Amino acid sequence: MNRRIINRRLDKAFKILGIASTVFGLLVLVVLFVNVFLEGRSRLTWDFFSSFPSRKPELAGILSALVGTIWLMVITGLVAIPLGIGAGIYLEEYAKKNRLTNFIEINIANLAGVPSIIYGLLGLGIFVRYLKLDRSILAGGFTLALLVLPVIILSTREALRAIPFSIREASYALGATKWQTVRYQLLPASLGNIMTGIILAMSRAVGETAPLITIGALTYIAFLPQNPITFLEKFPFIHFTLRGLLDPFTALPIQIFNWVSRPQKGFSTNAAAGIIVLLGLTLAMNAVAIILRHRYQKKIRW
Amino acid sequence: MIRQLNAFYTDKEVLKGINIDILSNSVTAIIGPSGCGKSTFIRSLNRINDLIPGFRITGEVIYRDKNIYDKDVDVDDLRRRIGMVFQKPNPFPKSIYENIAYGLRIYGINEKQKLDEAVESSLKKAALWDEVKDNLNRNALTLSGGQQQRLCIARALATEPDVLLLDEPCSATDPISTAKIEELIYQLKQNYTIVIVTHNMQQAARVSDQAGFFMLGELIEFGKTEDIFKAPKDKRTEDYITGRFG
Repeated sequence: MNRRIINRRLDKAFKILGIASTVFGLLVLVVLFVNVFLEGRSRLTWDFFSSFPSRKPELAGILSALVGTIWLMVITGLVAIPLGIGAGIYLEEYAKKNRLTNFIEINIANLAGVPSIIYGLLGLGIFVRYLKLDRSILAGGFTLALLVLPVIILSTREALRAIPFSIREASYALGATKWQTVRYQLLPASLGNIMTGIILAMSRAVGETAPLITIGALTYIAFLPQNPITFLEKFPFIHFTLRGLLDPFTALPIQIFNWVSRPQKGFSTNAAAGIIVLLGLTLAMNAVAIILRHRYQKKIRW
Repeated sequence: MIRQLNAFYTDKEVLKGINIDILSNSVTAIIGPSGCGKSTFIRSLNRINDLIPGFRITGEVIYRDKNIYDKDVDVDDLRRRIGMVFQKPNPFPKSIYENIAYGLRIYGINEKQKLDEAVESSLKKAALWDEVKDNLNRNALTLSGGQQQRLCIARALATEPDVLLLDEPCSATDPISTAKIEELIYQLKQNYTIVIVTHNMQQAARVSDQAGFFMLGELIEFGKTEDIFKAPKDKRTEDYITGRFG
């Protein structure tokens, strides 16, 4: 056969192969999603969101799991975001480029790839046992914070590195200190990218199950953590407490995991509905990240 | 005034025993072929090269009777008094107004009236005021290259330096902008000491009072611009100026 015809056919074959691979990946996802949606949609009622778990599948809801997840995210964010951005700034702008920094950088990159269950064991050892936080929301939040910390550090550094060196020169040449340069030029210019990285990291943390099970998050919680703010009828009318941080908790993925492993048909419907909620949450976070990145890229082009 | 200046990147010597007296309220041009160390030289004068890992310097740069490389020198304050404009325009991704106000803000000046005045007078000095006065809130990155470069000059002037370092300020601008910047340099000379690095021989001849010719990290010849261009003493200077190499 003519060489040219072979080449043309090879070209075509590869194109078809490429399309097939793409479609396959998408198709599996669509099937999965449709399947879950069809099974779970009947349970997506207000009661499902406002009820505690129960032995009877039709009465069970995700209230405690959803609230637990929100608490976890808040704590994880409060701990990991300032630490992550701080470490990222230090490594990128302040640290001298020497062997030690190099060593630290490699380790952080590696930490980002450590399986999440290892973080669970670490959390169990440090927060639950050593610091005696018990199986509390605080221990869970700290553990997830450790998990997302390397990712936040890496994305902060990446975002800072994307800023041309000439911007730093411009700032220093005007007599700015390092901190002023970071605070007034580098952070504002990289905030979009940093936020994107943080949201993506957090949306991964939302779905994490293994580390939370390892530190002993419960699967059956029929109460909510104590509210940090309660309104009173008498002076001072508002009561603030962080006691809730030490309450035991559950989270969405754990609740789903629990329901999936039960034999009754009703619970698998509940699990499907829970998955829809969790997926919705993750997709919403990712959407915010995409919007942020898009808006930011339109605004700044070097 | 520069005494016995040597500069190194890691171990590579890029400046070898430079001695130059830079006169105040005049324009000193630094010319020479690519890689001759002229950028390194000018970047040593406000210590911006300190940012580059592995950069090392020996010798003295005397400014106001003090070696700027002494340990007790406040580098940030030094850089505020020795302004710099870079090869490529590098405005901050902010409004025109904020670009210029920045130098004052970091110095703790935040009163709107003072900032307004500084923005206006700097833009006027940099001959940009008429083009931008109606939209000072426009993002500086939307300006043309030549306008951006004049904005960078205005930004450097806002902190009221007494020395202005220009590192090939016209390498990325079109002829019209270049003419405007040259005119500007001529105007600014009355109040500022200007050092300009340039690739462009005609430009050096047009704007400068003294000129120094660098080659391979050495200062080959230094003197009045007229003398350098009309009657160079060194053969290499002559070859370079007449375009025989470089």
